[in-house]
Amino acid sequence: MRHALRRDLMGIYTIWLRDVRRFVRDRPRIIGSLVQPTLFLLVLGTGLGHGTFRAMAAGEGPDYMAFIFPGIVAMTILFTSAFSAISIIWDREVGFLKEVLVAPVSRWSVAVGKVLGGASVAVMQGCVMMLLAPVAGVGLSAPVVLTMLPIMFLVAFAMTAMGIAAAARMASMQGFTVIMNFVVLPIFFLSGAMFPLEGLPPWMTVLVHVDPLTYGVDALRGVVLGVADRPLAADCSALAGFGMMMLALAVWSFGARD
Amino acid sequence: MAQPIIEARGLARTYRNGGRAIEAVRGVDLTVEAGGIFGFLGPNGAGKTTTINMLCTLVKPTGGSARVAGFDVVAEPHQVRQKIGLVFQDPSLDERLTAWENLAFHAMLYGVPRPVWKKRAADLLDLVALTPRRDDLVRGFSGGMKRRLEIARGLLHRPDLLFLDEPTLGLDPQTRNLIWDYILGLQKEHGLTLFLTTHYMEEAEHCHRIGIMSQGRLIALDTPEALKQGVGHDTVTIGVDDPDAAAERISRTYGVAVRRDGDQLAFPVRDGAAFLPRLIAENGLAIRRVAVRRPTLEDVFLSLTGSAIREDSPDHFATIKASTRRGGRR
Repeated sequence: MRHALRRDLMGIYTIWLRDVRRFVRDRPRIIGSLVQPTLFLLVLGTGLGHGTFRAMAAGEGPDYMAFIFPGIVAMTILFTSAFSAISIIWDREVGFLKEVLVAPVSRWSVAVGKVLGGASVAVMQGCVMMLLAPVAGVGLSAPVVLTMLPIMFLVAFAMTAMGIAAAARMASMQGFTVIMNFVVLPIFFLSGAMFPLEGLPPWMTVLVHVDPLTYGVDALRGVVLGVADRPLAADCSALAGFGMMMLALAVWSFGARD
Repeated sequence: MAQPIIEARGLARTYRNGGRAIEAVRGVDLTVEAGGIFGFLGPNGAGKTTTINMLCTLVKPTGGSARVAGFDVVAEPHQVRQKIGLVFQDPSLDERLTAWENLAFHAMLYGVPRPVWKKRAADLLDLVALTPRRDDLVRGFSGGMKRRLEIARGLLHRPDLLFLDEPTLGLDPQTRNLIWDYILGLQKEHGLTLFLTTHYMEEAEHCHRIGIMSQGRLIALDTPEALKQGVGHDTVTIGVDDPDAAAERISRTYGVAVRRDGDQLAFPVRDGAAFLPRLIAENGLAIRRVAVRRPTLEDVFLSLTGSAIREDSPDHFATIKASTRRGGRR
């Protein structure tokens, strides 16, 4: 039994290492996946900051670009996590997944390794995004960054686990593109990354609270800007709870595959 | 006698496709002794791949049982996986990693200690002549190089049994020969058991024993020699000036079914070498060419399954011509 556990932990580490190594090597991907969030931050941030949200900026609150900065970090993590989940479908298509599935490691450790690998990559991507903080007029001190990291990991973990759970049974890329549009984008839009969540119509408030990313954006904004709708502990518990649920689902749907 | 490396009893797998049940494998009894090369043949859709997938624990049987390397494929999948290596029909390498990293990944998954696998990986890369490319991304490798790397990878954890699913499919003849050299060398050196499927009948000749699948069942299991003897006849092929008349006369005189292809006639006889002088002496046929062929595995296949293993099988003369011209088939 001890031997089996050691073997599975080694399996998790191996699969994690592969994802991280591939990511670090793939410079075009690192840069490419930063284009979208950067556009959101600079173009939408500047444009909307001048018009619609002028009123908000005039008050006590932070400048609009600073306001969306934590949301953009969360968005980067969300998109990277979704991309990591796609890679599992890709692995299946090119046959590499077979190599993993016939190895003497448990299915659960393969799923956990994929989730941790994808989450680590997403956190790294989020860190690269943090370099834009000065552009957004956000000052990041060392303690703030150190507090952000575990929160970013929680967000990345929850999102990757959700992605892997969805991708574990999917045979084609097309199916996943649909998921991207019907799940990932709504998750981003409803998370409050781009606008404050006060005074929304009730139907939208419900959706906002169902959205797991809402809690991640709120936690990050709380740490970075000092404004949050909920206490940090509440946000983190929600994220961790959702993440564990999704991990269980990912492990289950991975193991159930025959 | 040593314990068999594979022992399957009534192994079956049914797939559900909508409301329909598809019996891919219908009760296979198969014993493969340790050591040697076992060839697993059959037309596409005969159930070979499903059987292999069950033996290597990728697919759960819906009936029967199998023990591989002494472990039950359903109850002890991890133990089975530790003892087997696989080279798949389609490449299963990570193209964004280097050759070396692919080997490292494999070794770590199989729990081979670092100093051990480093030494082994270096030796294996040497064996498959990929040492100069060890730090190159696999993406730039040719089909043959990928296959060689996969063979090296499949051996890295020292399996007792190596499955090779169409190890030379889609490769040029030169690379195929090269890969066969590796395979045969490995088998001699490491004494492991090889279990392979192939569409190339001349490759099947390398096997010590052969099992033939058809429509989900194992319909033959023996040495290539015994299987060929079981066919019971040679094939005589002649080229004549007037094929129609000659075909009629031969079929009437000797009571055999004559196959005509252009000016060539082919027909089975019990002992070709003894028959030829008679054919020439007894008939006034203007025979231009003549060939006697001992039964091949192709014939075994044809007589057992009623179909050629490859639809594009050339006729006999074309085969003979091609082999004299190029010193190889096709």
